[in-house]
Amino acid sequence: MITFIQFLITGLRLGSVYALIALGYTMVYGIIKLINFAHGDFIMVGGYTLYFTIPIMMKMGLPGWTAVILAVIVCACVGMLVELLAYRPVRKKGTNLTALITAIAMSFVLENLAQAIPAIGPDPRVPYTLFTQTITVGGVSISSATIITIIVSALVMIALFLFTQKTRIGRAMRCVSEDKQAAVLMGINVNRTIITTFAIGAGLAAIAALMYIAQYPKIYTTMGATLGIYAFVAAVLGGIGSLPGAMLGGMVIGIVQSATNTYISSSMSDTFVYLILIIVLMIKPAGILGKNVGEKV
Amino acid sequence: MRQNKTAQRYLVNFLAVAILLIASVIISVTGGNTIKLKIVPSVWQCCYLIIMAASLNLVLGFLGQLSLGHCGFMAVGAYAAALISLAFQRSGFYDEKSGAAFILVVLISFIAAGLLAAVLGLLVGIPALRLKGDYLAIITLGFGMIIVNLINNIPFCGQQGLSQGAASSALYANGLGFSNDEKMKYMWLGVLAVILCMTVMFMFVRSKYGRIIRAIRDNEIAASASGINVSFYKVMTFAFSAFFAGVAGALYSCCNSALATTSFAFTNGSILNSVFIVVMVVIGGMGSLTGSVVAAIGMFFLNYTIKNGAWVNALPAFLQGIFTYPMLVYSLALIVVIMFRPRGILGTSEFALCDIPQWPSRIKKHFSRKKEVTEKREEGAANE
Repeated sequence: MITFIQFLITGLRLGSVYALIALGYTMVYGIIKLINFAHGDFIMVGGYTLYFTIPIMMKMGLPGWTAVILAVIVCACVGMLVELLAYRPVRKKGTNLTALITAIAMSFVLENLAQAIPAIGPDPRVPYTLFTQTITVGGVSISSATIITIIVSALVMIALFLFTQKTRIGRAMRCVSEDKQAAVLMGINVNRTIITTFAIGAGLAAIAALMYIAQYPKIYTTMGATLGIYAFVAAVLGGIGSLPGAMLGGMVIGIVQSATNTYISSSMSDTFVYLILIIVLMIKPAGILGKNVGEKV
Repeated sequence: MRQNKTAQRYLVNFLAVAILLIASVIISVTGGNTIKLKIVPSVWQCCYLIIMAASLNLVLGFLGQLSLGHCGFMAVGAYAAALISLAFQRSGFYDEKSGAAFILVVLISFIAAGLLAAVLGLLVGIPALRLKGDYLAIITLGFGMIIVNLINNIPFCGQQGLSQGAASSALYANGLGFSNDEKMKYMWLGVLAVILCMTVMFMFVRSKYGRIIRAIRDNEIAASASGINVSFYKVMTFAFSAFFAGVAGALYSCCNSALATTSFAFTNGSILNSVFIVVMVVIGGMGSLTGSVVAAIGMFFLNYTIKNGAWVNALPAFLQGIFTYPMLVYSLALIVVIMFRPRGILGTSEFALCDIPQWPSRIKKHFSRKKEVTEKREEGAANE
């Protein structure tokens, strides 16, 4: 029983991180129908920013987690740059396929650029660990990082939902994702909306980075690649383009991974994650909560 | 007249290919030590890269579907060929890596590798190709990962490659893995495999099936409205392409002393991964088999000279830093190519040797046309 609860908690915690990243994927996909492969690498950018800024914040007498504000800003800037420099020119000329390939290439550019910069360098870094207390309830030990991760991702999720439903920019985002041309006619600045989406998605990745390094205190340049792929699977699983779907997908992936690690073998967890993705896509190609849109001729 | 010209072009290309094959035989018989250590291993690597790029081009360029798990099929081919050759060797069918029996085993393992990969391609393709575009990319990525992950967990394949599994002898000593001497001796085999595979792929693309899949690429709905069974042709092309990926895998297991699944991952530091193959296809031209060949060779040599060449050391320090991570250069090149030529450098056109004399005039025409267009545009703007 204790193992069961433990695995469930680990799964939820892992799932919350995936969900935060998946939200970014989903928002960008919803608006420009592009899988932003570089999104995983925004986590890496966030991770390195935290590595440099946490000590500075501590020195200034502030709590270490405030560094996340800087990380969010840096990540948002990187996200906007990627959109401006690579995606926008390609979107003008090419097809969906070329845009997808550009996204893959962009992810490699970010990873390898980080390796080539001497200050960041190819070697892994160990960041300052935050949230180290542990609470024990009835034989089950929970670290405070776990609780914070779960609560923060739930709060972010709610805030994001309210943002897209209630604010002007959020409404503009939903309009653009529904019909770009009609949005232009309604006086919405499509390009500005898209770039805002990128900034928000990348900012979420920075928060995810904080949660992730509280869990696994190690930063390296390819950390975003695998993390990004899992989160992406989560987004597709829940129904890409749907915010609650991303949350649900993240949780499912997290729990499946932690279940395989606990009960089967950690080397098989990839297989199970992808197997679930494949089964879901076979049965419901648009994902669990996604809407199935037919193609118009 | 036109018929004549086509025949002439085919003849010239055929002659060039024949000369290539003969040259490879001559080199492998007479070559010295430098050739053995430097050129021959490169030729082998080019061989499997060419087949990989061309086979992915069938799916990506001609069918218009992005598959990100192509190296998974290659992994299946590589492991199948290695295990089959080991099995033959264990059963005493051949002792040394020479003689007719060995060549037979090599051929059997090549074909078996291809067939196994094709069957797997069929199994993956039937569910996967119900999806389109981005979803297909992801599901193939997932299948590629699953294949690699399963191979890792099969006891006789093992994480560290065959040498660590229960089949515990290194390929190098037994099985297929060629030493430098054997690579040289059997270089014609690799070159011949490439020529055969490329010929079959060309015939496929030029056949009615090739026309059908190009129709699917250009407009799927229109194609199905014209009575084409879209899913059948998609799955068929996928399996067909997986067959060649399997053969490429067999070639890979020939020229490597040990197999490890990390070589077939979605991404890794080396030249062989699913993404890199996509880079080759896109740069060469989506829909141009000759483009894939050129891109595979070009990218290989770029990679080789970046790793080993002296010119990198002559560069200023900050540029050297970039070239330490060649993938950065490739991905930037990819983005630039896609920005200016969304279908790749060669686009969908193939090149023939006969066309080379016409190249300067064509390029001139291309640029002058562009100039005309911009001039017209400016005129139009001025008139308004």
